[in-house]
Amino acid sequence: MSSIPRRLMTGGEIDRSRKLDFSFDGVALSGYEGDTIASALLAADVPVIARSFKYHRPRGLLAAHHEEPSAIVDLRLGTEHDPNARATLEPLREGMQLTSIHARGTARHDRLAIIDRFARFIPAGFYYKTFMWPNWRLYEPAIRKLAGLGRVDAASRTQAGPHRHLNVDLCIVGAGAAGLAAARAGIRSGRSVLLVEQRTRTGGALLWHDTLIEGTDGRRWAETVTVELTAAGVRVMTRTTAVGLYDHNAIVLHERGKEVDGLWQIRARQIVLATGVTERPLLFGDNDRPGIMLADAALEYLRRYAVVPGQHVLFATGNDTSYATAAAYAAVGVHCTIVDARRHSSAMDAARAVGINVIAGERIERALGSPRVQGARLSSGATLSADLLAVSGGWSPLIHLYCHARGRPRWDLDRGALLPGDAVPGLRVVGSAKGARSLAAALADGTEAGGGSAADAPVCVDLPFDWGGPPDTRMAQGARRVWVDLQHDVTAKDVALAVRENFRAVEHLKRYTTLGMANDQGRTSNINGLALLADHTGKSIAETGVTTFRPPFVPVSLAAVTGMRRGELQAPLRRLALETVHREEGAELRGYGDTLRPAIYGTGADAMLRECTAARTGCVILDASTLGKIEVLGPDAAALLDFVFYTRMSNLAPGRLRYGLALTESGAIFDDGVVLRTAAQRFVISCSSSHVTAMIAHLEGWREDRFDLSRVYMHDTTPRWSTLAISGPDSQRILRTLDIGVDLDDAAFPHMTARVGTFGGYEARIARVSFTGERCYEVSVPADHAEVLWRHARAAGAAPIGVEALGALRCEKGFILVGVETDGETMPHDIGMGRARDTRTDAYVGDRSLHTPAARRAGRRQLVGVATANDRPLPVGAHALQRDAGRRRSVGWISSSHWGVGVGRPVALAMIEDGASRHGETLEFEHFDTVYRGTLVAPCFYDASGARLNV
Amino acid sequence: MQIFPCPYCGPRSDAEFHYVGDADKPRPARDCSDEQWAQYLLMRSNARGATRELWVHRTGCGRWLVVNRDTVTHEIHAVEPMNR
Repeated sequence: MSSIPRRLMTGGEIDRSRKLDFSFDGVALSGYEGDTIASALLAADVPVIARSFKYHRPRGLLAAHHEEPSAIVDLRLGTEHDPNARATLEPLREGMQLTSIHARGTARHDRLAIIDRFARFIPAGFYYKTFMWPNWRLYEPAIRKLAGLGRVDAASRTQAGPHRHLNVDLCIVGAGAAGLAAARAGIRSGRSVLLVEQRTRTGGALLWHDTLIEGTDGRRWAETVTVELTAAGVRVMTRTTAVGLYDHNAIVLHERGKEVDGLWQIRARQIVLATGVTERPLLFGDNDRPGIMLADAALEYLRRYAVVPGQHVLFATGNDTSYATAAAYAAVGVHCTIVDARRHSSAMDAARAVGINVIAGERIERALGSPRVQGARLSSGATLSADLLAVSGGWSPLIHLYCHARGRPRWDLDRGALLPGDAVPGLRVVGSAKGARSLAAALADGTEAGGGSAADAPVCVDLPFDWGGPPDTRMAQGARRVWVDLQHDVTAKDVALAVRENFRAVEHLKRYTTLGMANDQGRTSNINGLALLADHTGKSIAETGVTTFRPPFVPVSLAAVTGMRRGELQAPLRRLALETVHREEGAELRGYGDTLRPAIYGTGADAMLRECTAARTGCVILDASTLGKIEVLGPDAAALLDFVFYTRMSNLAPGRLRYGLALTESGAIFDDGVVLRTAAQRFVISCSSSHVTAMIAHLEGWREDRFDLSRVYMHDTTPRWSTLAISGPDSQRILRTLDIGVDLDDAAFPHMTARVGTFGGYEARIARVSFTGERCYEVSVPADHAEVLWRHARAAGAAPIGVEALGALRCEKGFILVGVETDGETMPHDIGMGRARDTRTDAYVGDRSLHTPAARRAGRRQLVGVATANDRPLPVGAHALQRDAGRRRSVGWISSSHWGVGVGRPVALAMIEDGASRHGETLEFEHFDTVYRGTLVAPCFYDASGARLNV
Repeated sequence: MQIFPCPYCGPRSDAEFHYVGDADKPRPARDCSDEQWAQYLLMRSNARGATRELWVHRTGCGRWLVVNRDTVTHEIHAVEPMNR
């Protein structure tokens, strides 16, 4: 008998005029346009494609689609790199360099294959019992290195596109017979439809089975319907997987393609799952050898890719559906034998009539040959030679998305399958996924789900679907290992072990053996595992129950999940209106909170020092536009502020400012800021930069909770105004040059008051408030006109100052920064502002918390200054250590530390236990093995009386 | 992934909202005991089934809302403003 070519000369979806070269494990191979990596490897007769996860057993292709457990390869093409590419899902492209993963060497010659010899010492759960002495940590690194899948290459970059959103009336998952029928019914009933298909083309099983629908071959029918759908405006998304179903009919899709790789978030009024079924393997000895394939996959490889994976094929089955495959193989001249566990079926007669040998009432006991299959021994003891075992152990509907929606599947004994149980609102499962027994039933079901009636369903020559019944576990008890979960190397013996150790519940079986926990989520192993568990525990499968499925249905790359939220786009920074000017001035810009701000102007080690010196001796200008400006208006504005702020504001006179704290209900300092009262019923809150959103939400919550909304109103005017702080002994002179129209004499315009003037024809608000410790005027003008003000002040002699210098200046004054000096527990009395706590009797946020035992206890960390004899500032974060009953413990740490330009020595602020009553004490501060000495002092080093401010 | 029907903005994705805590918690007076204050500050009911929760429509209208929902089925029964 002449041998059949591995690749047929005609037929299939491949384009024989476009040859594609690629390599696998260093060997040059070729395939055709239209091949997947798997079909090309199969056509090239690569004997071993992968090594298994735990025992490094040689593996080939079991399946043709996402249910394939072993064929994962490392894919490189140009700059593209995927360490875990799925051979059955990835279309072949010219120049692909593929490597088997996990093997040391090649898949064919894996130096770690020897591990399989020690298999009996490393069964399921071995790590709970062995490798314990003297310390698991000694073995862990080596064991982890030996396990695992592809290797990540830190140098390669995978990028994906943005997440996109779509709302539709009807989202149909699966473009097989039922899905296409549903889509067509959907558009005919006037709905917007989205059709999602995992494969590169529509049709599903119609692509490789012989069917006749509406007078045409099923494959052609699928094409026709797809054209009709696209013309009617349906979005048909191929190579797109529905990876998860979420609340309120949200579906997430992963679209793959040449240019696109991204996630879609779909919201559908109705979802139809036409996801089909997947075949189960049989349980017999050595059932994981290369050359053992699911029968339906064998048909798909033959019909779609024209690959003949065997010259002598032994079919092992218990259902009629495999007979179509056998007939197809016989038709191309392959020698076929069928071993059927059933005694009789009409399909057997038909097969024998075309010359196929059918052995009834027999099963495969074990596969023969290594590494590749060379034959099988039957239950009768007879041996048959074969180079391909095409097996069918029944069918499992793909009901993952139904389970994501919290649907509860139910076991159908007759079909031997888990079918969807009770309906989930907004969701319908159709076709074979629902248990359809024929093509006509699937078409009718899909049509109804799409909004049509069964009478409108496409007419077809009916093709029955024989489900085959529950898994056959008769051959699972032999001496040779019987593989259940190929991806995690779990055997039938492991299931027995789990039961012996009392892990009898299905959830325990899963976690103890890791059956079904690999990235294929037990697609080809769950039901077989259930059947074995049921055997051992004496329960039925229905009683045993089933674990659930969670998204994603197939692994999704982190790049797709990230989408565009990477690099700068992950946390975009706000920009200042004057950014161009700052760059011109030579500023180095950094992110502070959520805004890009000038850190230091100019370069060199003493650039910041020069800025500080200018601030203390001359005049500087700082872009303080990020300071919040929240306006609160109305008859109840004062009452709202009195409730939200710890510091009372209702007694503030118009035109005056007051520094205050706002607390959380647990009494901790939430924000500090300066409140300006512009009129009886109008306040402007100037809260910390980058805290504006939080502060507004805080105010709004209490406003809505306690107030008549028509009596108090607020809005955020922060972006509308640019605020430039002009500060220094020389600042008043510079203000005069601006001609603002305000009497600047100190008697008329004292510190902590505000005035309104004009600059360049626009309103200018000037507040005398200082963060530097020098005389300071915060001038606010509309943001569009700030540049003129900046340039004018600069020309008059003000030097630019950045955020870093500001940090040093305020430190020597003892002005705190919320979140630097304070943490989530710091209360007002910890920073020396305890008066309101003792005097206020009216209600305010956090009031009760300031009088709890925790608030009252001794030993709370308090704000202090730390002086040092060193010539350099103490390190931030250095902990003050104290001995307590023989043990050293931290009593606080340094929160801010700078060179104090105003005092000519290092200054620091710290939060130290009982610090306020320990001035004069010298403590040891430790930081990374170096010990420093510092003396606690009052938290203000420069101008403690404030004379330089109150001028 | 849930949809909350905001009374001001219409049905919006739950990503736009920020969860605050239980609704209908009266603020105790200043003279309450430490236990009562701790109950108000720290304890949550964590009900199984129908609950009333406070959410803020952060990237929408900014209003505080009471969401009547079922924590088991994720059904939304009603969404109303906190301040009537």
